[in-house]
Formats: sequence, structure tokens, C-alpha cells
Amino acid sequence: MNDTLIVKDPTPFQEILHELSKNKAAVAGLIIIALFLLIGILAPLIAPKDPFAQEISLRKLPPFSPGYILGSDDLGRDMLSRLMYGARISMIIGVISVGIAMGSGLLIGVTAGYIGGWYDRIVMRLIDIMLAFPYILLTIVIVAVLGPSLFNAMVAIGVSQIPRYARLVRASVLAEKEADYVTAERSLGASPLSLMFLSILPNCLAPVSVQATLGVGEAILSSAALSFLGLGAQPPTPEWGLMIASSREFITNAWWIVTFPGLATLLAVLGFNLFGDGLRDVLDPKLRE
Amino acid sequence: MSDKSILRVQNLKTYFDVHNERGEKAHLKAVDDVSFTIREGEILGVVGESGCGKSTLGRTVLRLEEKRGGTVMYRETDLFGLDHRELRAARKKLQMIFQDPSSSLNPRKKVSSLISQPLKIHRTGTPEEIQDRVDALMEEVGLNPLYRRRFPHQFSGGQRQRIGIARALALNPEFIVCDEAVSALDVSVQAQILNLLLDLQDRHRLTYMFISHDLSVVEFISSRILVMYLGKIVEIADKKDLMKNPLHPYTKALFAAYPDADPKNRKEDRMLVMGDVPSPINPPRGCHFHPRCPFAKPVCTEVYPGNTNAEPGHTVACHLYST
Repeated sequence: MNDTLIVKDPTPFQEILHELSKNKAAVAGLIIIALFLLIGILAPLIAPKDPFAQEISLRKLPPFSPGYILGSDDLGRDMLSRLMYGARISMIIGVISVGIAMGSGLLIGVTAGYIGGWYDRIVMRLIDIMLAFPYILLTIVIVAVLGPSLFNAMVAIGVSQIPRYARLVRASVLAEKEADYVTAERSLGASPLSLMFLSILPNCLAPVSVQATLGVGEAILSSAALSFLGLGAQPPTPEWGLMIASSREFITNAWWIVTFPGLATLLAVLGFNLFGDGLRDVLDPKLRE
Repeated sequence: MSDKSILRVQNLKTYFDVHNERGEKAHLKAVDDVSFTIREGEILGVVGESGCGKSTLGRTVLRLEEKRGGTVMYRETDLFGLDHRELRAARKKLQMIFQDPSSSLNPRKKVSSLISQPLKIHRTGTPEEIQDRVDALMEEVGLNPLYRRRFPHQFSGGQRQRIGIARALALNPEFIVCDEAVSALDVSVQAQILNLLLDLQDRHRLTYMFISHDLSVVEFISSRILVMYLGKIVEIADKKDLMKNPLHPYTKALFAAYPDADPKNRKEDRMLVMGDVPSPINPPRGCHFHPRCPFAKPVCTEVYPGNTNAEPGHTVACHLYST
């Protein structure tokens, strides 16, 4: 027994990592995400200036001015510092909105798929009603009801994203619950709750993780849109969408104030989309080469 | 083997709600008015072609499907009269081994957590005791306990089925339903698993209900055989009786269709049945087998035959033998 050769097989997680590393776009996405996360976490340490400190004499400095690498905005605040703090806000928005959406979506989807019957019918019709509203309109309505603030914007984005998780999970649960391992565990005496959340749910998470990654990018974009409309972050918060909104009239004479927050948003969303697409290719064996 | 019955099934019915070809509501009578007993320590083989309801029967006697009528008595308890808590306790003694071990083992769980799951559900001991029990079970079914941290997909089909068997054994059950337990395996592996099942039966005084479409497997392992056709039992007898003297035309046809490895035993005059199995949603009137039966009489098209005791312990449902 002791001279048995023990070969360590890769765990499924290691396999996924290995497959992902072969996908160049996904790696690029991951690097972008990591970069933004790092900047967001370290913002207070690495930002050269206070993002709120105004210097009226140094307004609208162009990029590469001394002390202001990306220039300053219309109130003389350092663009780079504001963008770094903006990264922190955007990452938080992404995580909280997707957290709200995924948490409720999983709960609804798993119970609807597993329990079925009238419960499924009622819950899924409510989800259908939510789907009938255009996504951004639904978000705006929810913020309008709750009152404009950054946190309410996150809640609104989270709630509007619930239907996609609920539908996705329900569909996977419907397929998984017929599998023999569910019957097997039922025959061992497992309770419905443990069947739903400990047996079936982990087997439905592959498509959800893809959706969540893409959802973070979309949440960042939506919050920028809400802030642009005045329904999200309020001044002087260094939120990218708000930065674009409050400086759009300077686009002709100080293009950098509008452009850099836009570029930052673009880059962050691109990172999540690239990574999400790569993850989908890896997790769906049908798309694997 | 004793004569005490461990499981008594009476007039059991399992129907599924379906829609027929005209879109009307209909019942699929997967198990239709079935009665039999399983004696302590025996291996009851259940044979029949695909779709005859044998798997549904196996699942219903463990209450994994809801019945439409009849009773299942496990010793002195009516399984369908139990509430959730009591049923959970009863499940300790009633286990199942599934056909396809790659789908009956949760792909996200390691072997140790698969085998320990029943122990944890029924809180049988401390984590250390459970760990020891898992190792002992793995050795018992012929798996190296060093593999306990692996995932099911890292094993071969035969090894996976051993994991499934270890899981079924974990709670020291009395009665195990083996639903096509070897059908998904290679012939050589089939023999290993069958021998393992026989060893375990001997060691733990188990009772099996062994469901298979493969006559050679059932013939090898069973002490009694039950033949099903379209949700009904057509014949039930001791293995020797049934092999030597099959009475029901369907049983005869089933045995005749089974190939013999010895070319000298070619069955020139073997009985063949024509046509397909009728739909269980709309089975033929009278005896379900009459459209394909070469011996069908007028009465067969009208009345479903009752059970006839042809010999002691040999029951057949056919008008040819009713008196």
C-alpha cells in the first residue's frame, strides 16, 4: 500500500484555470480586472492628491502638467486621483449590485425550479413582468421611487438584474433535479433544503458565474448612466458617470475631463466582458475546441 | 434464507400524468396493480424490456415515487403511511444502487463526502468515527482509501459503481434495490460487481431486489425471478422453476430471444414475438400481451387474466393456465 504511486489529479478548479490561461482575451480581461481592483483597494495609498481638494487657480490643466499627470478638472481637482477613487466606487457598485441580483436570483430560481407547481408559476410570472420592462427604464423607476443616491442606484441595478439569474438558475435546476444523484441523495434521507442548496445548486453555478462576471461590467455601466442622469452618485463623489455628466459642457475646450472617466468606464467594462466571455467558453464544454 | 417476508407489496399502482396524442389528459400506468413479497435474505430478480415499469417499481417500493394506490409494507410498517421524520428513519434500512454511476454520484463531491453523506444525514457519530467508517467501507467494496479525496470523474465506471455501493452500505441497510446496477458496465466489470454484491449479501445478510433487462445477469444472481410486461407482473417463480418451465408466453419469448453461446444449442424452433410493445398510456384491452401472443384466445382480448398458481411458488397471469 505504501509504495502506491499517488498521482495528484487536477481539481476541476485547476482545470478551469488551466483552460482559462490558454484564452488570451480572458487573460487580458483578468489583468484589467485585477488592475482596477488593485487601484480601487489601494486608492487612498497611491492617489497623488486628495480627490476632493479644489485648487481654483489650477483649473482645467491639460494632461502631463506638473503634478497633474492627467490634468485637473473644472474645479482644479486632480483627475488621476478622482479616477482612482472612482475605480473603488465602481468596483463596489459592481460587487454589491451583482451580489443583490445573484443572491435573490439564486434563491428564487432554485426554489422555483425545485418546488415547481403553483409556486413556480406565480414566481416566474412575476419575473416575466419584470422582464417586460426595458432594463434601464426599470432601474430608473426603482431609483425614482427610492430617491436618488449611490446606494439606491446599486439596489435598483441589483433588482433589475434579478430576472436573468432567476431564469438561468431555474432552467439549470429543472435539468439537474432529474439527475440520478438527486434521487440517490433523496433515498439517503437528505432534506429538500440540503438537496436544493448543497446538491443541486453547486452543479448550476457554471452559467451563473459567467452571468455574474458580465453583470459586474453591466452594473458599472448602468451606474455610470444613472449618475449621468443625476439619479445615482451625487456631487462631489468621484463617480465616473457623474464626472462625465458634470463636465460635458467643457468637451470642446478641456476634452480630458470628459474623456478619461469615459475611458476608465470603457476599460473596466471591457475587462469584465472579456473575462466573462472567456469563462463561458471554458465552462461550456460545447464551446471548447 | 427464511420464509419471513421483508417487503410486502399489495396492489401497488404508480401512474404518471401525461397527455395522449390528442392532447387529452391521460395516465401512464408505469406500475399497475402489482402484488408480490420479498423474503428476507433472497435476491428477487425483476426482468422485462425497456419501459415495462421495472425501474418505477423499484423506486416506488422505496417511496421515491408517489403511489396512486396499494400498499408497501416494510416489515410491520406501511412506508406510505409514514411522515417525513419517520420516513427518513426508515430510509436507513432501505437503500438503492443506481444504473449509471456517473450520474448517480454528485460530480461536485469528493468520494469521502459522497460515502459519508448518509452517515452525516443520520448523525451516526463523530467526524473521526465517520472518517474511519468511510475508510472501512471503501476497503470493503475494494477501493483504496487513499482515493478518498478524489472526485467521481477521476474513477473508472466499475470503481464508480463501487463508490455507489459503499454509499448504499454505509447505514447497514437490510434491503437494497439494485436498479440496473451493472447495465452500464463492461461485461468483465459486471462480473466483478455482481460477485461483490453477492459477497456483501452473504456478509451483511442483505436482501436485494435486482432489476435488470439482462437475463444472464438476473439468472446469475437471483433466487427468484419476477417478469414484468407493461406495468404488470406476468410471472413470478423460483429461478430454477422459471428457467426450466416458463409458463407465460411472454416469458417463453423472452428466454427464446436470449442468445446462447453454444452453437450446438441453436434454437431452431424458438418462439418469436412480432411487433412492438404497445403504449403504456393506452394498453390493449384484456391481456396486455394478446396482440403479440401466438396463443391468444378470444377471452384474452376481453379480460385481463387473474393470477394462477401453476405450482407452489410459481404464479402466472395467463388465460392458458386459468381453470
